[in-house]
Amino acid sequence: MSGQPISNRPAYGAGEGFRDRESALAKLMIAPAILYIVAMIGVPFVLAILYSLSDATTGDPYIRIVGLRNFAAAFADPVFRLSLWNTVFFTLVSQCFVVLLSRLLATALLKKFRWKGLVRFLIMLPWTAPISLGTIGWLWMFDSIFSPIDWVLRYVGLLGTPGALLGAGTNLYYLGIPGLAISSVILVDIWRILPLATVIQLAGLSSIPKDLLEAAEVDGATPWHRTLKITIPLTLPITSIAFLFGVVFTFTDLVVVYVLTRGGPVNTTQVLSTWTFFRGIEGGNLAEGAAISLFMFPVLAAVAILILRTARRTEVV
Amino acid sequence: MGCVEIRGISKLFGNTRAVDHVDLATNEGEFLVLLGPSGCGKTTLLRMIAGIEEPTEGEMAIDGRVVTNLPPRMRNIAMVFQSYALYPHMTVYKNIAFPLHSRGMGKEAVRKKVEWAAAMFKIGRLLDRKPRELSGGERQRVALARAMVREPSVFLLDEPLSNLDALLRTSAREELRQFQRRVGVTTIYVTHDQVEAMGLGDRIVVMSQGKIRQIGTPMEIYLWPADTFVATFVGSPPMNLLDQGETLLGFRPETFLPADAVEGSEGVVTYPFEVTYLEYLGAERLVYGNVGEKSHARHVVSRLPGSLTLPLEAGKSYPFAVALRDLRRFDKKSGLHRKEGGPS
Repeated sequence: MSGQPISNRPAYGAGEGFRDRESALAKLMIAPAILYIVAMIGVPFVLAILYSLSDATTGDPYIRIVGLRNFAAAFADPVFRLSLWNTVFFTLVSQCFVVLLSRLLATALLKKFRWKGLVRFLIMLPWTAPISLGTIGWLWMFDSIFSPIDWVLRYVGLLGTPGALLGAGTNLYYLGIPGLAISSVILVDIWRILPLATVIQLAGLSSIPKDLLEAAEVDGATPWHRTLKITIPLTLPITSIAFLFGVVFTFTDLVVVYVLTRGGPVNTTQVLSTWTFFRGIEGGNLAEGAAISLFMFPVLAAVAILILRTARRTEVV
Repeated sequence: MGCVEIRGISKLFGNTRAVDHVDLATNEGEFLVLLGPSGCGKTTLLRMIAGIEEPTEGEMAIDGRVVTNLPPRMRNIAMVFQSYALYPHMTVYKNIAFPLHSRGMGKEAVRKKVEWAAAMFKIGRLLDRKPRELSGGERQRVALARAMVREPSVFLLDEPLSNLDALLRTSAREELRQFQRRVGVTTIYVTHDQVEAMGLGDRIVVMSQGKIRQIGTPMEIYLWPADTFVATFVGSPPMNLLDQGETLLGFRPETFLPADAVEGSEGVVTYPFEVTYLEYLGAERLVYGNVGEKSHARHVVSRLPGSLTLPLEAGKSYPFAVALRDLRRFDKKSGLHRKEGGPS
């Protein structure tokens, strides 16, 4: 028996079925994900490139390649340039606030206090609601006549009486005055991303071993010194992730501006996504709409690369 | 410099007394070891000395100055954590320099001090590395260097050797002891390992359930345990305890030998020893068995040196004896050592 070559003996587990063939099974299980990415991202992306090079309209969606003239036309339009600037401006301003506020919130939520679970739940709540519904809620808050914010301001005497700090008018018309409209859009952008960023920051803060902070304390560092030299550097990678995620979500967002201002007053809050929609779908110029939307691509690609790099760099303690 | 005085310190976590009315005073430059099983309160006591944990009651002073409510940075202490707690984003150089920067020392002075500390622990070539690129032993040295660099008046160590492998631990223990002798800084060292405690400590503080059971030199602790807890916690195998009604009779396994091998000028006690089990450990033999007949606590261990080659067999009975001077008596109720015949 022992002298016989091994290959001559009956194979163990000869009745092996499909369930045991891991490589085939792996392909089968990953297939839906690949299909989804191809159908929902790959095809539209290729279509967008083709449309942007064509003269297609909603009335005549046949693709005839005409070169780069849609990009030139888009760029020549001052509304497009304003949208591009607005997109960058809204995104950066809101995300700077989000990083600061989420760090504050996360630090507060690390402490032990009563009803901590409830407070965490309430902070997460905006993230679970559909953006459109939340934004409609804000639309009511900013209503030109019935705004509860105005109501409170009038009640405390900051608005609506002669000589009041915010003027004698009964309302502020949040969405009707350019500066206020821009601030309102940024405020809702902040409100929307804050829960996600807080949760990410909370994870970052609680991943710092307690020992490290105690060691720093024994080493003579003041609380300020500890934050600056230990906490911030150690949570920088994860803070950047929170920031970059916020950038992606805000940069591409259509709903907030579409619901609140529809780009108004007079295009002062127009962003790339709304301008794409108004130009390409409502205006019927599919080709130029596609060209406008493609301006988002380089920024998003850069952010995606940054996210992947930062995630890899995260310090393993 | 370098004296810690603790009076009536307690720490409550909820309703549990982690540390229960502890009084303790270190001598100048001494190596004091806090020894006890896990959960006995030794680490909590150390953290209160460091100022990381606030005592529920009691007072403490360092160098004659009351520090009970001072934050750690105002106590001039240094601490090495069990995990070493090196700052992962800083190089070894910056780790060691951190306590100096914290007190606003100038750049050039910091560089000199860091180089001095690095030379002392032979880690000069590691200064540009990050902690994750270091081995366990190297991390431990960096942690020690970071603690020593600002010449604290008290040096606190929380099981600093427990993350090292067994071989390294022995050499690290020796080095630590020599280093402490050289700099002469008062050191408080927490461990649950009695070998470490016996080997390192000038004095050992044995703790259990938040209370101090005994303070003494390793020899006092081993030869004259204050109660049955100390008697059975220190020493491996632990002290034998024989039930004798009101009292428990204690003797170390290595003093319980075949009757012919025991010499006692003040006399000996002989027992018939029924051997039940034998362990050959190379340098020594452990012999398990029973003595006496009626009492239930009659299980004892004898530890025979390897040089004693006399044949023994399980299931047989042999005359074994203890010298009178090696016998200790404990009160059965309180567990406390009975003073008669104590150290004079």
